Amino acid sequence: MSDAATMPAPAQAPAGRTPLLSIRGVKTYYGNIIALKGVDLDVHEGEIVTMIGANGAGKSTLMMTIFGNPRCREGTITYAGRDITHMPTHEIAHLGIAQSPEGRRIFPRMTVFENLQMGAAIRNFAHFDEDLERVCTMFPRLKERLNQRGGTLSGGEQQMLAIARALMSRPRLLLLDEPSLGLAPLVVKQIFNVIRELNEREGMTVFLVEQNAYHALKLAHRGYVMVTGTITLQGTGKELLENPQVRAAYLEGGAH
Amino acid sequence: MALNTSHAPAIAAPGAASSVTGAQVATALREAGIAALLTLGLSIPILAFKTEQNQSNALYLQPRWGVVAVVCGLIFLVRFAVCLRAMRRAAAPARLKAPASPFVQKLFGIAVPLFLGVALTYPLLASLATGGLAGARYWIDLGILILTYVMLGWGLNIVVGLAGLLDLGYVAFYAVGAYSYALLSTTFGWSFWLCLPLAGILAAFWGIILGFPVLRLRGDYLAIVTLAFGEIIRLVLINWVELTNGGAGISSIPRVTFFGVPFDSSENGFASLFGISYSPMHRMVFLYYLILVLALVTNVVTIRLRRLPVGRAWEALREDEIACRSLGINTRNTKLTAFAIGAMFGGFAGSFFAVRQGFVSPESFNFLESAIILSIVVLGGMGSQVGVAVAAIIMVGAPELLRNLGFLKQVFGADFDPNEYRLLIFGLAMVAMMVWRPRGLVGHREPSMVLTERKAISGSLVKEGHG
Repeated sequence: MSDAATMPAPAQAPAGRTPLLSIRGVKTYYGNIIALKGVDLDVHEGEIVTMIGANGAGKSTLMMTIFGNPRCREGTITYAGRDITHMPTHEIAHLGIAQSPEGRRIFPRMTVFENLQMGAAIRNFAHFDEDLERVCTMFPRLKERLNQRGGTLSGGEQQMLAIARALMSRPRLLLLDEPSLGLAPLVVKQIFNVIRELNEREGMTVFLVEQNAYHALKLAHRGYVMVTGTITLQGTGKELLENPQVRAAYLEGGAH
Repeated sequence: MALNTSHAPAIAAPGAASSVTGAQVATALREAGIAALLTLGLSIPILAFKTEQNQSNALYLQPRWGVVAVVCGLIFLVRFAVCLRAMRRAAAPARLKAPASPFVQKLFGIAVPLFLGVALTYPLLASLATGGLAGARYWIDLGILILTYVMLGWGLNIVVGLAGLLDLGYVAFYAVGAYSYALLSTTFGWSFWLCLPLAGILAAFWGIILGFPVLRLRGDYLAIVTLAFGEIIRLVLINWVELTNGGAGISSIPRVTFFGVPFDSSENGFASLFGISYSPMHRMVFLYYLILVLALVTNVVTIRLRRLPVGRAWEALREDEIACRSLGINTRNTKLTAFAIGAMFGGFAGSFFAVRQGFVSPESFNFLESAIILSIVVLGGMGSQVGVAVAAIIMVGAPELLRNLGFLKQVFGADFDPNEYRLLIFGLAMVAMMVWRPRGLVGHREPSMVLTERKAISGSLVKEGHG
């Protein structure tokens, strides 16, 4: 199914250990239309894993399928040794997975502070002040705007807020869906730096879905390429960056 | 003329709101003066002198300073007017975006204590104004009516304003509350104070019953199902004759008592207990304070709930359901609590209605009631407690005002009944509201929590529908 053979044996980061998130043969449908045609994917503890692909490839569908919305029709999703395939969305969030969804989905009429509170609701506001301090150091722009409505923030600030809100729950696994969408190159850089720091300093596991292939692959330990609901390539970030197919499809034409 | 490259647009200082300041007038005067002077200069060669022939056919110059003066004066006035107009134009957009003036903010600051003060002393004020308690009967009755709608508005505000679930059948819970008290008190003889919480619980139960099937619905679809629910309840009340006595309703519902002491002229009555002369108005005043307390309880509970996790979950649910779920919020329970708590206050108001009227029939719970309560919430500015109170006063008080406009009869003839035009005027008022204040009377939302200081971010700076 996948022509991973084009790659040298995929560098499975810490080989032999069971992955934190493991997706096996997942098929997701929208009505009768198949969106994911059997996806296998692993995310190990402490890794940054990215998935790149064109519009409509099914990247965001996979992201949402992990959260059970929409639910996959076949296959299994295992997180930290637990089968979460049929678990309600909010319970999945309680297991320590946090998501910055596609299109950010912040609460526009609530203030930045209240948005961050919603992120911490899951932990019953334990360590709230500490976590607030932490995300404010990470995104100083948010600190300036704590009492401002979410809807009045700029796109980049909203993205920062979405990531910060996800971090307020102290997740073990952070899912980021196109954090670079519609942002200025400088802001993209800033956000990717924060992701790298989170991973290096706190060892946070990150699964990143991106169209900005160059940045994503440079940042990630490992990457997957998805084409129309199927994973066609996988390997380390470096390998994929050098892969001629990836270069031709996603990197040519000034992607940087 | 080169003069037109004036610096008029730059003159509009940001502080200039609607009118043009004195400094700007001075600038405009200077501009106009320069223009007049230039005109004068240009006039000297072309306008000031006219060559004429005298009788001996010799040319001579005839001075025309009068014409020059008129032209210069005209140029001066035109230039002055153009300058002022440009300044006003430049100032106009700034006026649209300017935040509420300090006066308006101050008004908001005193609005709540003022309202509360008037509400608490209203029976006294009314009897002073009309010269005696008996004369104030109409006004106190109107006060009770308004407060009932304030309470209903605050109750529905939880469902519509906070949780964002459009409920067109709120009157169903009002009906459940009213019939609960009516049936429990006439069948078992239970007192109002026992039936009140029971009515609330029953209404909350029905709220959950409505909530379950509509969990997946939002917006228009939810509105239709809730509308149907309201009608179902009303039709059941009409048709289940054995229980509800059908369209004839339930009459002779026990009146309210002063915690067990009846309001009558008997030995054990309220008046003789307190050693005052009997007046039927005592019960009215008591009812007034009863509904005031019930409404204030609704308000306080709502304000408290907004600060609790469940309240913030309601608001987050209104903003984005999917984001809520991925943040680990159980949206099903959140929606059901919103429906249940909103319905509970509807139930309280319903049992108050029953004890006040002493008679309930399905006719009191038609769709128009739901529509009025919903309009109160929408007009007040969804989610704003003060706005809902103001809107209730306008929506319920205004028709009463209309009833008293006797002079219109003299204008339009004796057959004219202003009350018949009530809905027309309502419609016009609503259209006007939606044009000029689309976010409702009090359109801004106070954050339930602020970190250090409040920073006013006007709702008008945010995209429509996101304010």
